[in-house]
Amino acid sequence: MMNIPFPDLRPVTPELIMTISATMLLILELIFKNKGILAFIGIITAAAVLYTLPMSYGETFGGMFISDTYSTYFKVIFIINLILTILVSLKYIQRQKAEYGEYYSLLLFATSGMMLMASAKDLIILYLGLELMALSTYILAGIKRHDIKSNEAAIKYFLLGAFSSALFLYGISLLYGMTTTTDIYKIAEHLKTTEATTTLLLSMILITVAFSFKIAAAPFHMWAPDVYEGAPTSITAFMSVGPKAAGFAVIGRVFYIAFQSIQTDWTPILIGIAILTMAVGNVLAIVQTNIKRMLAYSSIAHAGYMLIGIITGTNEGLGAMMVYLLIYAFMNIGAFAIVILLEKSSELEIKRGIDIKDYEGLAKSHPIVAALMLVFMFSLTGIPPTAGFIGKFNLFMAAINAGYTWLVVIAVIFSAISAYYYLRVVMNMYMKEMKEEAAISLSPSLGLAILITVIMVFVIGIMPSVVIG
Amino acid sequence: MTQLGYPILSTVIFLPIFGAILISLIKRTNDTFVKWTALLISLITFVLSIPLFSSFDKTTPNMQFTETHEWVSSWGIKYALGIDGISVLFVLLSTLLTILCVTISWNSIKEKTKEFYAALLLIEGSMIGVFCSLDLFLFYIFWEAMLIPMYLLIGVWGGPNRVYAAIKFFLFTLIGSVLMLVGIIVLYLYTDRSFDILKMMTMNYPYNMQIILFWAFFAAFAVKVPMWPVHTWLPDAHTEAPTAGSVILAGILIKMGAYGFLRFSMPLFPEATKAMAPAMMILSVIAIIYGGIICLGQTDLKRLIAYSSVSHMGFVTLGIFALNVQGIQGGILQMINHGIVTGALFLCIGMIYDRTHTRQIEDYGGVSTIMPIYAAFFMVFTLASIGLPGTNGFVGEFLILVGGFAASKTLGVLAASGIIIGAAYMLWLYQRVFFMETNPKVQGHPDMDTREILTIVPLIILVLWIGIYPNTFLSFMDASVQNLIERINTAGLAQTAQQAIEVIK
Repeated sequence: MMNIPFPDLRPVTPELIMTISATMLLILELIFKNKGILAFIGIITAAAVLYTLPMSYGETFGGMFISDTYSTYFKVIFIINLILTILVSLKYIQRQKAEYGEYYSLLLFATSGMMLMASAKDLIILYLGLELMALSTYILAGIKRHDIKSNEAAIKYFLLGAFSSALFLYGISLLYGMTTTTDIYKIAEHLKTTEATTTLLLSMILITVAFSFKIAAAPFHMWAPDVYEGAPTSITAFMSVGPKAAGFAVIGRVFYIAFQSIQTDWTPILIGIAILTMAVGNVLAIVQTNIKRMLAYSSIAHAGYMLIGIITGTNEGLGAMMVYLLIYAFMNIGAFAIVILLEKSSELEIKRGIDIKDYEGLAKSHPIVAALMLVFMFSLTGIPPTAGFIGKFNLFMAAINAGYTWLVVIAVIFSAISAYYYLRVVMNMYMKEMKEEAAISLSPSLGLAILITVIMVFVIGIMPSVVIG
Repeated sequence: MTQLGYPILSTVIFLPIFGAILISLIKRTNDTFVKWTALLISLITFVLSIPLFSSFDKTTPNMQFTETHEWVSSWGIKYALGIDGISVLFVLLSTLLTILCVTISWNSIKEKTKEFYAALLLIEGSMIGVFCSLDLFLFYIFWEAMLIPMYLLIGVWGGPNRVYAAIKFFLFTLIGSVLMLVGIIVLYLYTDRSFDILKMMTMNYPYNMQIILFWAFFAAFAVKVPMWPVHTWLPDAHTEAPTAGSVILAGILIKMGAYGFLRFSMPLFPEATKAMAPAMMILSVIAIIYGGIICLGQTDLKRLIAYSSVSHMGFVTLGIFALNVQGIQGGILQMINHGIVTGALFLCIGMIYDRTHTRQIEDYGGVSTIMPIYAAFFMVFTLASIGLPGTNGFVGEFLILVGGFAASKTLGVLAASGIIIGAAYMLWLYQRVFFMETNPKVQGHPDMDTREILTIVPLIILVLWIGIYPNTFLSFMDASVQNLIERINTAGLAQTAQQAIEVIK
């Protein structure tokens, strides 16, 4: 009889907890009428996962899965993203009539997909995680079944997502053909001894394109504004951080390890993408009138800054990119939380509280809400003493240290341009007269999410030691 | 710890910031309480800043009242404060002008009073922080952080075109600042990851690097000063800002640019400074003459004073880049003078604007018969702005011209002609506003009340004090300026000497 050793499950404990809980939620949904309980279970799960993370270091499944500091850091970002998303969703999806039990279950599934991606040491696991994450988010984007825009978002996201997955598969099949392995570290070893062939470059380009879709980098960003606009805002917040972070986790792992030997080939490609992404994101954000679309373009621009961290090719740069992602998670979800606070559930196209114009005079009617939005806008611009500044500073420092001063000059110019559209929101809130009293719909959980994010924005901004080093 | 036994600089920086937080907690409807709190905080801050003046050791160029604490140790960032002869007067000017900004806004700010005074105090705290920081990172934090309240001050409480002016101000300064940020990071990495300004000043940098960094820092400082041709934000911002905003802008904020040249560009990049000084002086002279001529064509009171700032700040940068003792001392003194005189002129314009609600010069005329006290005060500041002997303007401009002539005769002559243009536009302005036929729009307005007189009197005293006995103030900067000049003159030599020693070895 063949003796197949049972795999060591310790390194995958966090993923196991997450997946089991997600499955349980599907069943519990039938029992509980009050969906708030499901959200509560979701948060408990997240806390449990967070607790098990430090104990999970190691490799398993024959070296296909690895849990190391790199993956753990990303998993922390995913969990923060999950918790904050659940907090902002609670009352919001009720108002939006999208409170289906699957909602929380899918959030958990998507998060476990991301966690798998961050921990993948093998391209097959990577693909598995990618699809788990992507399929869950497609559904989440379209969860407002009766909203035509939400449907459109889901279809668009699905089509382009499937397209990019196919490109990715094509890329890894080429790699497999060349190296006869899907293990990232073995691929690296193999490539070290071979010349860079056209096939290898093609495979690298295909994988680059596939993940440019995932992180919404130009010129593969076109889906982002439509999907971000159409999806429920809580899901937009979730998507703008989670899948992006997962995409960066994979790019870091694949490019720094598997493609290390052809760094001179991928650097110029990524530089081109980064500059284009910053340009497209920042320039097109200026002309947006819908705040969700504006934040979509802003998140494209931020992907551009983060790519600089990858481009450096140094561990310092990679670390700076990871810190930036964490900071970005707080400030971006914070901004979306304010959008949710002001969004109305009306079915009408106009006066839904998501036009930048709807923020006019907010400082007068709701001074605290306006002040909070002001903090998030200045943080996204990168003005001290907020976290956004620390993130940019850290990133630019790593890039200059790696010799990319000219790229940083381009980046800072674009980030100065970004001030224009972030300030437009501030201007509307503080310098325009109110046309119509804005109604806010505050719930305790949403308040808690905003409180957490604003505190983190200031804490990281004033005492950066908490996230660096 | 400081020679006073308590951290005086931190107190002066964080008391206003603490006050701003306090004010934002007060109930919105309680306007009077908000105003009195703001006044009280600004008065206490001023009183607390007086020991900086009285206990200052004038004999040493070293930093005084220093404080150092670890802040972000993994990045080598320290919370380091200290002042020397170059910065001490700006701290005092900041604390003084803030009080006047509170009193001048007493009746004219009626909306969102709470936010207004909170923003004002936040600006005060960060301005003082800029002048006291001895850590480049800390400096940058204060430098950028003050953009936020200043943007709101212009944009929320400003004139009709305020939104445009506010965003223009913000974008201009931000683009300059981020380029400096790149320079700061380059410097940081070169100095083995240290933000310590004092340590940076003792190092030598390769010539090419100095030139590039000089221009990177120039981007930030030139926009703030503002030097020609990046001055275009200033007329809009000054004109549209509320009176207090204009006073802060003219009085302190634009001094931060020139201060930046003195504190960073010159001691850090001495050879680049020497190489670029002629270019800087030419830009300064263009600003002097161009700003002056533009003033002659202005129809708006505030806009005229705003353009006169371009011209006056041209004098300041001319003096600084003359790179001699007279020039630099004159430049620093003229910054203080300009803060006092232009601040006072904006205060005066604010007072009459509160009455007539117009800034058009053609709407005025014959004001001296309606408001004689006001006219007398305005006359003093007009003459000080022109640089009449006996007023502070004369001392500053005289020193600058002496320094300027020593550096370049042609530029000295051209700059001196700027004084004549200055006399032309200021006297013509005075004539059109205060003499000639009485315009019906100014009829029946009351003269200055006690609050307004009290706001102006401290500035009158300073105008005459500096004009008659400038030594009180010049003596503060003697040692520091000498030290700075030595650094510029010996920097290149030290390097060559060092290279020679290495060759011998």
